[in-house]
Amino acid sequence: MVTAHAHEPFTKKATNTKRGHMRSDDLSAPLDRLTRPLVREHGELRPATWDEALDRAAAGFRQGVERHGPNSFGMLSCARATNEMNFMAQKFARVVVGTNNVDSCNRTCHAPSVAGLAAAFGSGGGTSSYTEIEDTDLIIIWGGNPRFAHPIFFQHVLKGVHRGAKLFVVDPRRTSTAEWADRWLGLNVGTDIPLAHAVGREILHAGLANETFVERATTGLDEYRELVEPWTLAAAEAETGVPAEAIREMAHAYARAERAQLCWTLGITEHHNATDNVRALINLSLLTGHVGRHGAGLNPLRGQNNVQGGGDMGAIPDRLVGFQDILDPEVRAPFERLWGRPIQGTKGKTLTQMFESMESQELRTLYVIGENPVQSEPETHKTTGRLRSLDHLVVQDIFLTRTAELADVVLPASASWCESDGTFTNSERRVQLVRKALDPPEGARDDIEIMCELANRMGQEWERPSAEDIWNEVRSLSPMHRGMSYARLAELSGIQWPCYSEDELEPSYLHSRLWSEDPEERGEPAPFGIVGHSPPVDLLDEDFPFRLTTGRRLDDYNTGVQTSGFSSPLRRGELLDLSPEDAAKLGVKDGETVRVTSRRGSVLTPVSVTEAMRPGLVFMTFHFPDQVDTQMLTIDATDPIAGTAEYKAAAVRIERVEEEARVSAAAS
Amino acid sequence: MDLKFLDEAPTTAEREAVDSVLGPPESGWDGGTRQDTDLRYARGGHTARDQRDMLLPALHAVNDRVGWISRGALDHICRRLTVPPAEAYAVASFYAMFAMHERPRRVVHLCTDIACAAAGSSGLRDRMVERLGPPGSTEGGTTWHESPCLGMCERAPAALALQAGDPARYAVAAPAGPDDLDALAESASADGPVAPSEGNGHRPAVRTTYGADPLPGTAPEADAASAVPDAGSPDHVLLRRIGRVDPLSLDDYRAEGGYAALREALRLGPAGVLREVNDSGLVGRGGAAFPTGRKWSATAQQPDAPHYLVCNADESEPGTFKDRVLMEGDPFSLVEAMTIAGYAIGAQTGYLYIRGEYPRALRHLENALALARERDLLGTDIMGSGFSFDIEIRRGAGAYICGEETAIFGSIEGQRGEPRSKPPFPVEKGLFGKPTAVNNVETLVNVLPVLLMGGPAYAAVGTEKSTGPKLFCLSGGVRRPGLYEMPFGATLRDLVEAAGGMPEGRSIRAILLGGAAGTFVRGDELDIPLTFEGAREAGTSLGSGVVLVLDDTADLASTLVRVAAFFRDESCGQCVPCRVGTVRQEESLLRLRAGASPAQELPLLREVGQAMRDASICGLGQTAWNAVESAIDRLGLFSEDTHQTAAPGDRPATEEAR
Ligand SMILES: Cc1cc2nc3c(=O)[nH]c(=O)nc-3n(C[C@H](O)[C@H](O)[C@H](O)COP(=O)(O)O)c2cc1C
Ligand code: SF4
Ligand code: SF4
Ligand code: FES
Repeated sequence: MVTAHAHEPFTKKATNTKRGHMRSDDLSAPLDRLTRPLVREHGELRPATWDEALDRAAAGFRQGVERHGPNSFGMLSCARATNEMNFMAQKFARVVVGTNNVDSCNRTCHAPSVAGLAAAFGSGGGTSSYTEIEDTDLIIIWGGNPRFAHPIFFQHVLKGVHRGAKLFVVDPRRTSTAEWADRWLGLNVGTDIPLAHAVGREILHAGLANETFVERATTGLDEYRELVEPWTLAAAEAETGVPAEAIREMAHAYARAERAQLCWTLGITEHHNATDNVRALINLSLLTGHVGRHGAGLNPLRGQNNVQGGGDMGAIPDRLVGFQDILDPEVRAPFERLWGRPIQGTKGKTLTQMFESMESQELRTLYVIGENPVQSEPETHKTTGRLRSLDHLVVQDIFLTRTAELADVVLPASASWCESDGTFTNSERRVQLVRKALDPPEGARDDIEIMCELANRMGQEWERPSAEDIWNEVRSLSPMHRGMSYARLAELSGIQWPCYSEDELEPSYLHSRLWSEDPEERGEPAPFGIVGHSPPVDLLDEDFPFRLTTGRRLDDYNTGVQTSGFSSPLRRGELLDLSPEDAAKLGVKDGETVRVTSRRGSVLTPVSVTEAMRPGLVFMTFHFPDQVDTQMLTIDATDPIAGTAEYKAAAVRIERVEEEARVSAAAS
Repeated sequence: MDLKFLDEAPTTAEREAVDSVLGPPESGWDGGTRQDTDLRYARGGHTARDQRDMLLPALHAVNDRVGWISRGALDHICRRLTVPPAEAYAVASFYAMFAMHERPRRVVHLCTDIACAAAGSSGLRDRMVERLGPPGSTEGGTTWHESPCLGMCERAPAALALQAGDPARYAVAAPAGPDDLDALAESASADGPVAPSEGNGHRPAVRTTYGADPLPGTAPEADAASAVPDAGSPDHVLLRRIGRVDPLSLDDYRAEGGYAALREALRLGPAGVLREVNDSGLVGRGGAAFPTGRKWSATAQQPDAPHYLVCNADESEPGTFKDRVLMEGDPFSLVEAMTIAGYAIGAQTGYLYIRGEYPRALRHLENALALARERDLLGTDIMGSGFSFDIEIRRGAGAYICGEETAIFGSIEGQRGEPRSKPPFPVEKGLFGKPTAVNNVETLVNVLPVLLMGGPAYAAVGTEKSTGPKLFCLSGGVRRPGLYEMPFGATLRDLVEAAGGMPEGRSIRAILLGGAAGTFVRGDELDIPLTFEGAREAGTSLGSGVVLVLDDTADLASTLVRVAAFFRDESCGQCVPCRVGTVRQEESLLRLRAGASPAQELPLLREVGQAMRDASICGLGQTAWNAVESAIDRLGLFSEDTHQTAAPGDRPATEEAR
């Protein structure tokens, strides 16, 4: 039915989601689809006709633009919707409103990967394909638990492993991915850079760097050498907690492997210095030449079915479709010609910046499509307050989410992945067709159709295009998508970008140019990232002695909207994972409720005692926000380059509350 | 393979038992105590998963020490080997010898199979019920089970007691009189002091799984040679050392010509050995009668490496006991023969898969391996030739199906012992997915005379198509049951006469050839030549060499019910025709025995039988109806209203099925 299913799991952690009503004691609530538009009157949402709702929505936006200019408008687009819908959303922002303030939830996951890869190689995708993971000699998974979070990708890892590839896993927890590994390195949260630098230093000192590649394809080795020199194995052991010998072992294994894959997930990107983390890992591939060859590469694992596509389609503030730089007038020209409107030559606001500028009243109107920032952004109270301060909030969704509850206008949408035609782009850059399988419920409308209705009410003449029409517009503007006609996508079961022409296919990996002997062909060399260590912002001290890190479990997804409606035998609700040592010290038993307090908030949650954790380290998910609102605890320190939040490292305190809980339970 | 461990801990004894086969745990992650470094580092992956084949030995270690496998013990094994407990449970529960619930340390296996039933095992059964309660009862200090053939049919009725402890011990009663049985059924004795091993040539100089002393109060078991009525006969080739050497002494073995064949093999080189074996015309003695030379050459040629040798010593075909006698009486000959086979096929490791209910054979082989290693006859650079080879013993745990040549791989690999469909054939993808030659014990032992005589000279023995000497397991109503060696070509009559014929006043009602998977012939068919081709022509088969004689007092209907029950019990359940068919077959036979109309039952039996033969994955299902069919068609059982005779040759020969 849905082509994308085969390749991309609908998985990802802590990000915006759609959700229905859910009672806090019921972990598998029914999903009630929205089927009638709602408008706010006397402070309450009431049902309205489509015409009324669309008029109200358009009027609010128009007024905002008239009074405060186009940059007072913001658009949040949906990483689970099709490429076509994302393309239309950014076009709406750029053409109907005239702003670059468009972003989507990949802020919370992989913007740093994109930024880091782009800084090194000029484009931001993972460099290898899934089948190459099966065809490699060594796989390092750094800061990720794909066994749970990317089960489809992990099948490819397992095929590689069964063919003999060695697997190293770097993660503070001994996850179920780590249980499959030949070696697990349990570092301290937020010490990825020291570990990476120590690996780099060891490779250099052991004479294992790939000199040919370094010479041909990189710049900045001397600075890099200097940068990593202090990170001796001993220094790294002191900072990361990983035994020196284990670091040495990984360094040698990576450098000596004929082919190696380095994969990472949110453990690398959900940090305040996330882009630096990514660069530190990329450095290792530059040092060893593990990039630009079959079977050797760098792979950020994406969590939502179309995180890659959302960015590719230009639904980000600094790039136009096909990853084209918005600052370049030559890039903008064809767009302006086709769309008949100038495009601002400055970067728009990221999602994080949009929220910040709500506070300063710079941003006054917001159009949210399929996102649920109230429950996916850190520091829930702050987010709610900021959204309340807007002049005009329009939420287009399939459920009445917490964010929708705050809106002035709520527009019931279709579920794009099964109720419309289009394409998705998966983590290995493969664009795949999806075909409409269901009609949306009576009353709900397609996202693109709604946007056209709004555009028409805001002075444009947009006829509802077919998905293929939109895609052909994408192809006309984006060289790297040009060769992918719908017919060809169907015929080849998807095509990876870049695909410049209709008669050719590019290799399944990126950046082979770097290996070329011809400097011309080689192009821009890849610079080593000169990045320093910066420990987590939320410091541990006597009052907050535990390091809380977050992630997801196998059978749930993000804030639970897409998964909580289905029962799972594994689901136990929210839990605080705790080491047996700490459990003994605190005197708590498995299943007992404790109070977890950070500098920002406090929640009650049952504990799960597990050997995967070590003393001082605790773990929670975001899957059950109505039961336990983990976002109350996390910090919104963000990466300055990519704007992602440090979900992975909060400082907390844990207290026994058995008595308290019993009393309140008896009372209710 | 996500690991969800149980939250139960092993006892000290369980932990020790497991660690005694796996070595001490490396870290807290594999069952040791959690240490600081474990919080930061773990090894595992390929190294850990590659130990999966130690699952069966580890389960045995616990079962041998404690008598059953607790959740705590299972969990500890799983942590040691990174196997999910659910999977380990699936494996453990596959085998009859493992108990997953607490039970007494001593377990008596009372054989109620064909030969023993004919020798009066039902009286013994009643006696056991009286003493210990119904089978499986865990009330007393000892529990008991009815067992399929224990491979001691020449001494029927037979019983075997196994007692867990440190070390485990055993005792045998065969032929079992009431008093012998009572001694086995005593409560589990305390672990007696372990007699210190002295290398005096009579007690193994090495530590073996089973202690040397029998259980207190039980009679010592007769020598292996007592199973060979004409032991010492100058005509013996395969059995010539039985009774003449101390089976625990390597020196004895060498004094009687041992290791001359290996020396000859090393002189000939692998290609030379293959040539001799091909020339000899030797075919497998395990039941399928496949040319050994072809199997070896095919394995030797495979480009994939490593190559493995598996010796199939799972001998569980009812009525068969030849391999046991060879292993108990002349264990070094098997070690030498395996070494030669390994040399020929290019293997460095051989697995000797021995039936779980053969404690004495196991002890003698463990001793033989240790002594051979000591003298550099196993290990690296054997006899200075540069050739390296070693043998690992793997013990079955009570599952007939594990003798099937692909099920044996699963069992060794630590999986359930379920047959695999062929192709790929074992010579291409066998043990651990690598090229493997699987051979029966008797087949391998034949390689020694092949090399000593030379292939062509060996081929001159027997008939053109069935070359060499052959062992026959003669049991049932004859005067002197036992293991007989005869060159191919003798007739059934020759064999029965060699065994002294029938006692006064008794006549032959039927002879079961080839075991439960074989066929019945009548007493007036004694002219059948005991060759592969002769048996085939007569519409029967030699199988594993079983010749089980039922006299005119035998209850044939009950014998068939027992055969059917055996197959029903031993079906691995993997494929429907066999899993369901064996149940239906037994039910129908029970009805027939109770007097149901053959006109109704026989068509049903035939249909079920045909479905099993046509559609089962492996030889077990394909042959499960052979004996029943031959009893109906050949012996005329249940024939009052429907008499049919099938032309011989109608039925695919057993060989082909296996
Ligand atoms: C159900 C079943 C059980 C078997 N059991 C044994 C056995 O216990 N010992 C044996 O040597 N062969 C047994 N076989 C035959 C093996 O599959 C295989 O043919 C034999 O080990 C090959 O060795 P050979 O060529 O030396 O005879 C069995 C076959 C089947 C179908
Ligand atoms: S169809 Fe076959 S494989 Fe599937 S559950 Fe049933 S028995 Fe098992
Ligand atoms: S025929 Fe019977 S024993 Fe053989 S695989 Fe099928 S079920 Fe298992
Ligand atoms: S030992 Fe009882 S039938 Fe073989």
